[in-house]
Amino acid sequence: MLAYRRIAAASFRQYSTYRMATAAGVFTNTIFGFIRASIMLAAIGTAGGELNGYDALQAATYVWLGQALLAPIEVFGTRELALRIRQGDVAIDLLRPVDLLGQLYAAKLGRSAYLLLARGIPPMLIGAVVTGIALPPDPLSHLLGAVAVMLAITVAFLADAMVNLAAFWLVENRGLTTVYTAVMNLLSGFLIPIVWFPDWLLAIARATPFPSMVQTPIDALSGRVAPLDALPLIGVQVVWVVVLGGASVLMLRAGVRSLEVQGG
Amino acid sequence: MAETSRSRPSEPRAHRPVSTARMVRTLYGSRIRSQASYRASFVSDLLGQALMVGVEFLELWVILANVGTLGGMTLPQVAVVYGLGSLAFGIADLLLGEIDGLSTYIKSGKLETLMIRPVPMLLQISSLDLSLRRIGRILVGLGMYVVALGIAGFTPTATTLALAVIAPLAGAAIFGALLTMAGAMQFWLIDGREFANAFTYGGNYVASTPGAVFALPMRAFFTFVIPATLVAYAPTLVLLDLPGPMLLPQWTGWMGVPAAILTWALAALLWRAGIRTYTGAGG
Repeated sequence: MLAYRRIAAASFRQYSTYRMATAAGVFTNTIFGFIRASIMLAAIGTAGGELNGYDALQAATYVWLGQALLAPIEVFGTRELALRIRQGDVAIDLLRPVDLLGQLYAAKLGRSAYLLLARGIPPMLIGAVVTGIALPPDPLSHLLGAVAVMLAITVAFLADAMVNLAAFWLVENRGLTTVYTAVMNLLSGFLIPIVWFPDWLLAIARATPFPSMVQTPIDALSGRVAPLDALPLIGVQVVWVVVLGGASVLMLRAGVRSLEVQGG
Repeated sequence: MAETSRSRPSEPRAHRPVSTARMVRTLYGSRIRSQASYRASFVSDLLGQALMVGVEFLELWVILANVGTLGGMTLPQVAVVYGLGSLAFGIADLLLGEIDGLSTYIKSGKLETLMIRPVPMLLQISSLDLSLRRIGRILVGLGMYVVALGIAGFTPTATTLALAVIAPLAGAAIFGALLTMAGAMQFWLIDGREFANAFTYGGNYVASTPGAVFALPMRAFFTFVIPATLVAYAPTLVLLDLPGPMLLPQWTGWMGVPAAILTWALAALLWRAGIRTYTGAGG
C-alpha cells in the first residue's frame, strides 16, 4: 500500500513540475470552454431559453464542469502503456514487485489530483465570472459529486487501460485509440449532454460505460440530478468499475501470456 | 545546357544543386512509400480519422435535430460550413500538422541534425513525419462539402464556382500559417506548446461552426486576430447567398485569400525569428 501511495505522490509532483505546461493547459481549456459555451447557448437561445431541461445557466455550468473534468479524466486518452508494450519496456514494469494495473492506477490518481486542482479549477473560475455557473446549495450534492468524480476517473482509467492493453495483440493501436477517443467524446456526454440525443443514440450511450465518465459526475456535481436520483447513477458507475476492472485484469493476464520480448 | 549535361552522364552529381521541386518529390515520395507498406495499420488509421470527423459532426447534428437552426443556419447549411472547415484544416494538418511536435525535436536535439542539412527546415519537418492517415479527414470533409452544397441549394455561377474551389485552399493556407506560428512559438515556450492549440485546434472548432453563434467579442477575435470564421463560415454565406451577421457581412466570404497572405507573412517572420533564437542544447 505504501508503494502505491508513493507512486501517487511522485506522479503528483512530476506533473506539478511543468508550470508552463499547466498555464498553457488552463489557457487552452478556457478558450475551448468559451467556444463550447457559445454553441450551446446559441442552441438554447434559438430553442427559447430552455432545451431538454437545460437553461442558459445550467448549460454554462455543464460546459465548465466538463472543461474541469477533461484533464483529470484524460478525455483524449493515453498511449504510454501501449507504447511500452510495443517497445518491450513493459517487461520491466512486470518485473516490479507491484501489480502493473495497480501502479498505473496509483500514478493516474496522483496525476488526476494535480490536473483537477491546477488545470480543472481555474477555467471553471474564469467561466463562473464570465458566463456564471450554478452549483447546488445542498452539501449532499457536493459529497455525491466528489464520489462520482472519483468513480468517473476510475472508469475512464480502466477503459483507457483496456484500449492500451490491446497493444499486446495489435502492433499499432493508434487507429483504435483514435476511434475510441472519438466515440468516447460523443457518448460520454462530453461534447453535448446525452439527454439531448435522439432516443436511439441515448439508448446506445446508456448501454456503454461512457456516460459514467463525464455525464454522471457533471450531473451529480451540478445538482441537476437530485441527490436521491444520483445514487442509482453512482451505482451504475460502481458496476462499470467492477466489470471493466475484471475485464482489464483478464486482458492483462492473457496479454502477458502471449507477450514475447526479444533481446535484453 | 540541359542537353549537354544529359549527354555526359559521367559528370559527378554532387556538383549540381538539387532543385527544390526534386527535393520535395524525393522526400514526400519516400514517406508515402514507407507508410503505404504497413497496409493494415494504415487502413485502420485512415478509418479512425474518417470516423472522428463524422462523430464530431454528430455534435452539431444532435443540436440541429433539437432546434432546427443554429446561428441562423439549417442542417445542410451547417454541413457545408463543417465540411469546408474540415477539408481546409485536413489539408493544412496533412502538410504541417507535425510542426506541433517541434518541441520534441528541440528537447531531443534532433533539430540540430535537421539544421545542418541543405534542405529548408519547414520542408524537412513537413515531410519527416508526413502522416497519410490524415487524408481520412480530407476525404470526409470533401465528401460532406460537395454533398451538402448540393442539398443546401448551391447555384453554380462562374464566380461562386471559383469561390467554391478557392475557399478550401485559402482556408488550408490560413490553417497552415496558424500551425507554423504555433510551431514557431515553441522556440520560446518549449513546455507551453498547448497554448497554441487554442488557436489551431480551437480555430478549427470555430471554423467548422456557424460564426453567428459567437458573441461579438469572440466573433471579432476569431475574425480579426485568428481569421477562423473567414475559412468556412464567410465563404458559405456567399456560396449559399445568405445574409451575414454583424462583423461578417456576406462580402467577407472573399477575404480568405488576403487573410491567408497576411497570416503567412506573419508566420514566416515568426518562424525566422524562432530559428534565429534557437540555440542548440548540445549533443
